[in-house]
Amino acid sequence: MNIAVCVKRIPKTAEADIFIEKDGKDIKKDNLVFALNDWDGYAVREAVLLKEKYEGEVIVLTIGPEESKEVLTRCLAMGADRAVRIEAPSSSDGHLIAKILAQATKGQSFDLILTGVQAEDDGWGQVGVALAQLLGLPHASIVTHIEVENGKAKVRRELEGGIEELLEVKLPAVLTIQTGINEPKYVSLSAILDAEDKETKEVGLEEIGFTSKAPLDATIDQVSFPPTGKMAEILKGTPEEVVGQLTEIIKKKKG
Amino acid sequence: MLEIFVLVEHRQGQIRDLTYEMLGLGEKLANQQGTSFAAILLGHDVKSFAEDLATRAPKVLVVEDENLKNFNSILYQQTLSSLISKYQPCLLLMGHSALGMDLAPSLSVEMEFPLATDCIGLSFEGARLKATRSIYGGKVNASVSLRESKGYIATIRPGVFSPKMVGEKKGGIVMESSPLQGMVDVKKFIEYIEAPITGEDITQAEILISVGQGIGGPEHIPLFEELAKNLGGTISCSRPVVDRNWLPKERQVGISGKTVKPKVYLAIGISGAFQHVTAMQGSDTIIAINKDPRAPIFGVAHYGIVDDFQNVIPVLKEKTKSWK
Ligand SMILES: Cc1cc2nc3c(=O)[nH]c(=O)nc-3n(C[C@H](O)[C@H](O)[C@H](O)COP(=O)(O)OP(=O)(O)OC[C@H]3O[C@@H](n4cnc5c(N)ncnc54)[C@H](O)[C@@H]3O)c2cc1C
Repeated sequence: MNIAVCVKRIPKTAEADIFIEKDGKDIKKDNLVFALNDWDGYAVREAVLLKEKYEGEVIVLTIGPEESKEVLTRCLAMGADRAVRIEAPSSSDGHLIAKILAQATKGQSFDLILTGVQAEDDGWGQVGVALAQLLGLPHASIVTHIEVENGKAKVRRELEGGIEELLEVKLPAVLTIQTGINEPKYVSLSAILDAEDKETKEVGLEEIGFTSKAPLDATIDQVSFPPTGKMAEILKGTPEEVVGQLTEIIKKKKG
Repeated sequence: MLEIFVLVEHRQGQIRDLTYEMLGLGEKLANQQGTSFAAILLGHDVKSFAEDLATRAPKVLVVEDENLKNFNSILYQQTLSSLISKYQPCLLLMGHSALGMDLAPSLSVEMEFPLATDCIGLSFEGARLKATRSIYGGKVNASVSLRESKGYIATIRPGVFSPKMVGEKKGGIVMESSPLQGMVDVKKFIEYIEAPITGEDITQAEILISVGQGIGGPEHIPLFEELAKNLGGTISCSRPVVDRNWLPKERQVGISGKTVKPKVYLAIGISGAFQHVTAMQGSDTIIAINKDPRAPIFGVAHYGIVDDFQNVIPVLKEKTKSWK
């Protein structure tokens, strides 16, 4: 069972102060902490669990600049066998990303290709399913459970309202992995040190034979802070004062 | 005339609300472009759906096929690509949902139509589609231009656009023949799996103390449990809290969890992703505690406290001890 996992390095923005770049096309990223996309972490873990069960090899791929190596190292520490970094400028065009990944994976004998459902930063949720189409493979998205038997994967997809659907997908296939599919495992420092010895290949677009100069499907014209329409009334003061106001509100509203 | 297509979303015998929101948007865009819009209904035994949709759309295109009874992206894609080739719509709208996310990207590649996902705004500039998307966890909006094309696909965020109401005129229902030649064996629907009914029912609670990833770890759960006891409330949470096994699945509020409408919803360390917000914004009073003043949750909350929860919750717990 050979599995490729496509991963992305993303900036963590939930708790950070956000500033917009001068050209207005993106946020400033030099003050941000970067990490492996949460969804991709679950995908890598799932690939490693599948490998432990069915044997084979887990290869992680990322498209990105030099700095993306750190997330590959993390994936290797999580149990992936080798890593490939495709050097390319970052792009918010999911179709382009999918085309590059298709070029990098086609013709190789993967039984499964996993991606996260979406990336935390721009949340297109497009790459995995587009990649499947480009490779001519079946896919299932938002996957919460995988079982492999007789060249098929029985997978559960998450729908709305707590319902799931059970599907059968013929291998090779592309699956996009939902958070919570498995239990994340603590990655030890020694595992990270060992990971540095595993193979990480760095390739350029020409080396993988990617030559397309097709225009991008999507380009960002501008980013801006969302309009502050309706906003919460912010309670101010010391914690004691704030809690005083808060208890009054709760008392009144709970009836 | 290049129409706008709206893909009807239905599951287990029900049209999903998002469909009506997309019809509302489809009508608005059609008016802007001086064109018309149509509801695209794929399914089996869906006559009553077609009747309902005809009260809200000038045209309903129906493909009846027993193989379309349950959603299967491959069969949907085959059907849609044949309808698109026939009618050449300028835009196809579908939900940014479990259905749309499984279908839009592959159809977009096949048709060579640029795709904008999870849109919170859409407009045409001439014949070119522009989308507004909410990115970086809702902290920033992006205006996106799609390349020139004869057709586009967009997936629409649920809960953003006003639904299309029943109109006075009734639209026409057009039956299309199915292009499908039976099932496919590479992807097969087997069955739905309903969530087991266990444990606490958070939908019945009048006060929810809802915790998110911002509480940092399971070690803080007892603190919130005590607070819940004081307030006579129940603990609920966002998805990452369940993913990390800090609380069981039945406590999850959100699009893939439960929809709640308590009298008081106290959101602590929850950023306010749409998958969470759409399922709790009907609460009577929403209070958010978050240390980030730009957290999107403050856009839906009635009251907010911008602080570390560790400064606020212990004080609140002490102060409400006597309420029990
Ligand atoms: C198909 C799909 C389905 C999904 N379904 C759901 C669903 O049903 N329910 C759901 O909730 N999500 C769902 N999600 C996930 C959703 O997109 C978000 O990832 C999730 O809601 C974020 O959870 P959070 O707000 O707890 O965490 P984060 O976004 O990480 O936010 C944590 C917040 O805590 C704040 N914080 C940090 N430390 C402190 C502190 N000490 N004191 C106070 N505040 C602090 C931060 O400022 C931040 O705003 C779904 C996603 C997908 C793709």
